[in-house]
Order: sequence, then C-alpha cells, then structure tokens
Amino acid sequence: MASKFIGITTAALLLVSGCARTIDEKSALAGSITVAGSTSVQPISEVLAEHFTLTHPGVRINVQGGGSSGGIKAARELAADLGASSRPLKPEEKGLHEFIIAWDGIAVIVHPTSPLRSLSLDEVKAVFAGSVVNWRGIGGPEGTIMVVTREEGSGTRGAFEEIVMGKDPITDRAIVLNSTGAVAAAVAGDPLAIGYVSLAAVRPGIAALSIDGVMPSAEAIASGRYRIARPFLYLTAAAPEGVVRAFLDFILSPEGQAIVEREGLVPVN
Amino acid sequence: MNAATHERLARLLVGAAAAITIALLVTVVMGVAAPGAAHITPSFLFTSPRSMGREGGIAAPLAATVLLLGVALAVAAPVGIGTAIWLTEYLRQRWLVAFITFATESLAGVPSIVFGLFGFAVFVLRFRMGWSVWSGGLTLALMILPTIVRTAQEALRAVPPGYREGALALGATRWQALTRMLLPAAWPGIATGMILSVGRAVGETAAVLLTAGSALGMPRHLGDPARSLAVHLYILAAEGISLEKAYATGTVLIILIVLVNALANRLARPPRAGKERWPWSRRPSSNSKKSKSVTMTCRPSPASRSAFRARR
Amino acid sequence: MAAVEPRASQSSGRGARHAEVVAKILLAASATLAAGGILVITLFVAASGWPLLQQTGWWAFVSGRVWSPGTGVFGILPMIAGSVLVTLGALVFGCGLGLPAAIYLAEFAPRRLAGAVRQGVQLLAGIPSVVYGFYALTVLVPLIRRVSSGSGYSVLTGGIVLGVMILPTVVSLSEDAIAGVPAEHRLGALALGATRWQTMVRVLLPAARSGLVAAIILAAGRAVGETMAVIMVTGNVARFPSSLFDPVRTLTGNIALEMAYAAGEHQEALFATGLVLFLFTMSLNLLARAAGRRKRPG
Repeated sequence: MASKFIGITTAALLLVSGCARTIDEKSALAGSITVAGSTSVQPISEVLAEHFTLTHPGVRINVQGGGSSGGIKAARELAADLGASSRPLKPEEKGLHEFIIAWDGIAVIVHPTSPLRSLSLDEVKAVFAGSVVNWRGIGGPEGTIMVVTREEGSGTRGAFEEIVMGKDPITDRAIVLNSTGAVAAAVAGDPLAIGYVSLAAVRPGIAALSIDGVMPSAEAIASGRYRIARPFLYLTAAAPEGVVRAFLDFILSPEGQAIVEREGLVPVN
Repeated sequence: MNAATHERLARLLVGAAAAITIALLVTVVMGVAAPGAAHITPSFLFTSPRSMGREGGIAAPLAATVLLLGVALAVAAPVGIGTAIWLTEYLRQRWLVAFITFATESLAGVPSIVFGLFGFAVFVLRFRMGWSVWSGGLTLALMILPTIVRTAQEALRAVPPGYREGALALGATRWQALTRMLLPAAWPGIATGMILSVGRAVGETAAVLLTAGSALGMPRHLGDPARSLAVHLYILAAEGISLEKAYATGTVLIILIVLVNALANRLARPPRAGKERWPWSRRPSSNSKKSKSVTMTCRPSPASRSAFRARR
Repeated sequence: MAAVEPRASQSSGRGARHAEVVAKILLAASATLAAGGILVITLFVAASGWPLLQQTGWWAFVSGRVWSPGTGVFGILPMIAGSVLVTLGALVFGCGLGLPAAIYLAEFAPRRLAGAVRQGVQLLAGIPSVVYGFYALTVLVPLIRRVSSGSGYSVLTGGIVLGVMILPTVVSLSEDAIAGVPAEHRLGALALGATRWQTMVRVLLPAARSGLVAAIILAAGRAVGETMAVIMVTGNVARFPSSLFDPVRTLTGNIALEMAYAAGEHQEALFATGLVLFLFTMSLNLLARAAGRRKRPG
C-alpha cells in the first residue's frame, strides 16, 4: 500500500508539472521569484503579481506573509528575492536596497455609533499610552475605552508607534490581535473600542477618525497633511536584476501605480 | 423523591447534555455553512483565486491541500504502519515497546505550533527546502504519525492469534504471514486511521502557514510554496479580504471533513460474516461482545473505535 | 517502503529468510524514525531555548511577572496562568457537558440516535480550529461583552471556545471508558434491583473512573496546545488576570504572536516558552497514561 501512495503522489506531481510546462515559452522573461514579509503588503503584492504574470506567463511570483520584520530578515538572508515591509527600516536594519511601491495611511478607527469624529494626535497618543482610560477624558461619552492594538513585529504597529507614540510604549492593557481583519472585527463589534488599521481596510461597520482635523484620504496622505502614513517597501539585498528588476519596473510604471490606487493605496508621486 | 422520579430526572439531564452538544454542533456548522453554501459553485471549486481571493475560486488551495496531504501520507503511512508492525509483531522487549509507544504518543501531544517551529527551522531553513509542499508535507507527516501508528497497532492487535498460528503452522515465514494474512485482516482499521489522520491534517493551519507558506499560485511541483484551504480561510478571515469567500471556503472544509468521516466509517465496518475469508477463526466476537449487546447499546467496530479514540 | 517484494520470498527458503531480514531491518528503521522524531523535536526546542534559560535562570523565567521583549525582560508567569486558567475553563465547560452526554450515549440513548450523535461529535472534532476562532470572534466575544463589564476578550471566552473544541475528545473517550466496564457489573447491579441510573452512578462510573480521568487529562492536553482559535478570542494581554472577564495571553499565543519577527534573545525566549509548553503537555500525557493504566494490570 505504501508504493501505491507514492505512485499516486508521483502521478499527481507529473500531472501538475506537465501542465505548467506548456505555458512556459510565451514571453522572453521566465523564472520564479519569492516576495515575503508584511501581511499588510501581501494583498497588494498578490494583485500586482497577478497582473504582471498576465503579460509574462513564464514568470511565477510567490507571495508569502511572515510580517515586516520577517520580510526584512528574509531579504537580508536571501530567503526571499524581495522582502516586504510596511514600516520604515530602523537604523540597525539599513543596508538593503529599498523601493517604495506605495503609501498607506493608518486610520484610527472607532465604532460607527461613537459620537466622536475627530481627535488630535496627542489625544490618540494619550489613549494608546493608557493615560486616558475613559472616553470622557477626550470629550466622549462615559465609558471605559477598549484599546485594540496589533502584535509586536507588525508593520502597522511599528509605523503607528513611530508616528504616534514616539518613545512611549502602548499600554499593556490593550487587547492584542494579530491581523487587520481581527482588529476591524473587534472595533466593529464594540461601541467603546478604538484601534488602528490600514486605510485600505476601512469598510462599512467601522469609522475612521480625522486626526488634527484631517480625514485620512489619498489626497491628504499624498500632500502630507494626514500624518499617520507609512511606506510599503520592497527590499533586496543586492541591486535588483532580471525578473525582480522587471517586476519592480512594472510596479512603479503608470500601469502598476494605477493598480495601487485602485486597491485603496496612495501611489508614489 | 422516589427512585423512578429520580431515574427520569437523571435521564432527562444527561439527555439534555447530549442535546446541547448537538445544538452546539449545529450552531457552529450552520453559522459557517448557511452564509457559505450559496457561494459554492463549480466555478468556485475549479477556478483559482483572483485579487487575493476576493474574486475567483479555490482551485489552487484545493490542489495545494491535496498535494500536502499526499506527501504527508506517502511519508507517514509506510513509516507509521512499519512502526506498528514492528511493535506488535516483531519486537519482544516490552520496555522498548513501551518506550517507543510512549514516544509516538507524546508526539501526539505536541502542540501544532511547536511542529510549525520545528518544520520552519529544520525543513524550511536548515535543509533549504524553503516554503514548499515538501516542507509542509513533511511537517504534517510528523503530526499525523502518532495517529497512524496507534490505530495500526490496535488494528493488528485485534487480529485473533489464530491467524498468526495458522499461518506459521502452514510453514509461512513471519513476513508471509504478515503480508498475506495479518495486514489484509487489519486493513480496515489501518485505513481508517490514515483517513482520520488526513482529517486532522486538512484543518491544520499554524504549522502549514509556517512551513508551506501562503503563496496563492497553483503549485506546479513539490518544491513550490502552497496555500492550503485552511490557511486560505485564515487569511481571508484574518485580513478581512472577503467574508463571503471565507464562509464558502469554510463550508468546503466542513464538507471535506464530512466526506473523510463518512469514508472512515464505511471502511471501519467489519466485513460481513458471509464474506469472511477465514471462516475457522472468527473476528473478535467472543462472549464479551455478545453480553454487551444486552445493554442495548450500539457499539461501532473495534477498528473504528480505536481510530476514533486515537483522534485527539 | 515497507512493501518489500513478498513474492520473491516464497520461491526458496533462503529467499524467504532474506526477505525476512530485510523486512525486519526496514520495520525497525521505521520505528526508529518514528521514535526519533519526538527526540529530535524535543532536542531541537530545548537546544533553541537553552541559552536564554541559562542566562535568566529557569526559576526567574517561569516565575517572572513581566514580559517585555523590547527591554530584554522575559517572565512567563502571566502566560502560564493564562494557559492554566483557560484550560480549567475549558474543562469545566467541556466536561460539564461532555460527561453527561457520554453517559447518555453509552447507556440511555436509542441505538440510532446514539449513532447519529456519535457521527455529529466526530464532525465537531474535524472542524478546523480557525473556523471555531472566527465564529467565536464574531458571535461569542460580543455576547460575553454584553453580559460583563469587560471587553469580551477574556479567560471565559477562551474557556468556552476550547470547551467546545475538546467536547469530542471528552465524549468519545469517556463513552469508551463507560462502555468498557464488563457487562457482569451491569447485569449484577440490575439483578440486585438497581435502576439503570443507580447502576450508572454506583457501579459503572466508579468502575470506569480511571478511564474517565484519562479522558479528562487528555482533553486538558489538547486545550493547552490549541493556538489559532485561542489567539483570536483571549485578547493576548501579557498581564495577570484579576477576573474571569479579563483578557489573558496563553503560552501558545505568546509563541504564535511574536515568532514571526523575533530574533536573537527574544526568539530564544519564545523557544523556551515552547519548552515549558512541551513539558506541560508531556506531563499531562504521562498522567493520563498512569491514570489509564491503574485499571487493567497486565
């Protein structure tokens, strides 16, 4: 029975590889590259890869998650051809080739029934640092604030900490969730909750606050008026060439940037 | 309170507990399947995901799941069944049997996240397999090994000694007795164990995410990274990409589990008396089993019971 | 691999002996592989976490109340408490429901119904934990929030979700244990005029005790090791909870949340967490074996 199983897997394997071979020779460009890192960048990477491979059927782009810090590590250790990060590199992480493929706003979100529509950056900081624990403290109704944050190592958290928190840590009373969707669901389900997610993830059921009087939007981020924004970075250990170069060129071309915009992100200039 | 009222009340209570258990099952299954079922169409099953899974279907994750399971079984089945045979039929040192049994059972108690860490550090990094069907399949193989060993062991033990004695008396070697008589007799139990272990592997998320990766493309060979159905579901839900597709994927997973269970139950049913190949030594149907039926309870076959028990 | 050509073995006596030897070697090799697996995994986890344990010391690591990777302080007592509390909650819920259900299935349910329920419970065991987590996040968390003053992400929520997840283990193993009591016990009790329920409480349950204990311990092992569902509903706050409605972080949650980006000392600390978790489940396994064995000597 053992050999039967091996036979079946081998057959399946041959079948799958046989299928792939037939489409290979269409475009001059061929090869397989891996993009790994930030789960915030993963969706846009997948869409970009999908469009790129339409015109280059010989190319295969594997998009992996792993988190921003994982992506930086993967690029350095050559575990991936392109590392993806959704936060700027720290000084000790420098030394990689960086390519900004898009900008993303981080929206501070609350339940749609919350009467609050606007906070100052300092108020947001006070809430996440835990120095204000009741909504009354920032002009809201009576009620304990439920602070929701991302896990350490998340690029969204990294960027939020850098821009909003400065040197102060996020309160250790905050609920920690490890994905954009989970934070959105948590805030959508609790009138007293506050969290932060990628602007592209703001959907009906949660409400983005304006910060210092500016609502997050592509224009506000591009002009720099909305301050909680971060770059989506692609990283390589060496100067990119071949398929990697072609993919980067595609992303930064008008066509690639149009896709970026369509997905709710802010194009690079 | 007299005995009769007491009895009625107690039965009511335990019956209620069973009813609540089933109600929970129905709630969870319906909670996922009701919003999901409408989206399951042939095109959902046979087209690959587009725009990160927001559109399109689940062909690639489905294929990835099959490949991962194929690798896991191709590795774990021979090793697991071989181990079981060695333990039950060959090894005479009882302490060694106890030790190896303990080791494999401990493997069953290892949290899947630890398997994931191991697979990532060893297969993905150390052996340079990268995120691939190989890495994921080997990690899953380690995870399902205990189930296969345990069920195969119990299935072999359930074969009456008469089989062995008869074969040896006819001049067969141990190996011949094994391949011609014992394995065929124990096969339903062994197969059930393998199928149930597949059930566990289908739903595994954490370990697969760390070892096979989450690339959305159709895997072309075993060195390619792959996103299994469970990982696809996790990402759809966790990244808030599409709840509709998440529910639909979850429903497909549940249907897969139902099919796997049905298959296992079917195989585990003992062969009918008329079809028995060895009429001189009936399967374990001694007094204990007959007298148990006095209590009017329905017991599944020993094979299915052992397989079920092994599944934790 | 094990399927060596058996046909060659029947032709001659020597061929058969050769096949026998080859088979034996292959079988022994596979057993070594299987047993080696656990050793390698244990060694791997231990070796990866060892340097940190050497540095901070075992006791400081497991009794430290502060987990702050940024400043290099690693104490996992809150996570141990989290795992223990959530597991206890799961046991209360899972056994409170599962044991009576098992009693019903084993002795009182009509045949067909029992078969159907058994299949249903089996299905419950097969549903991926992500599905439970996702469902609990959208339904149970808001529900708990409404009945408590907290956020809904809590010890209680985790306990309930895990309780449902261990139900199949509890039900099937305890049913086995009850059904495994020799029929003579039952007949004897009934012959003495006991009702079915009296038989159950006075005779069957005491007789099945060791099997029931083993079932509960194994279920606890499963609850301790669960990751994906727990991470979605317990809130993952690395602090000591002061009530059932406070959020907690479990040992598994600690690993899964931070592994992706951890490096150096921090990564070692997570492996050390894995080692503690491993010792936890391993001792539960040993306990279950000891409990299960007491019944049948030889």
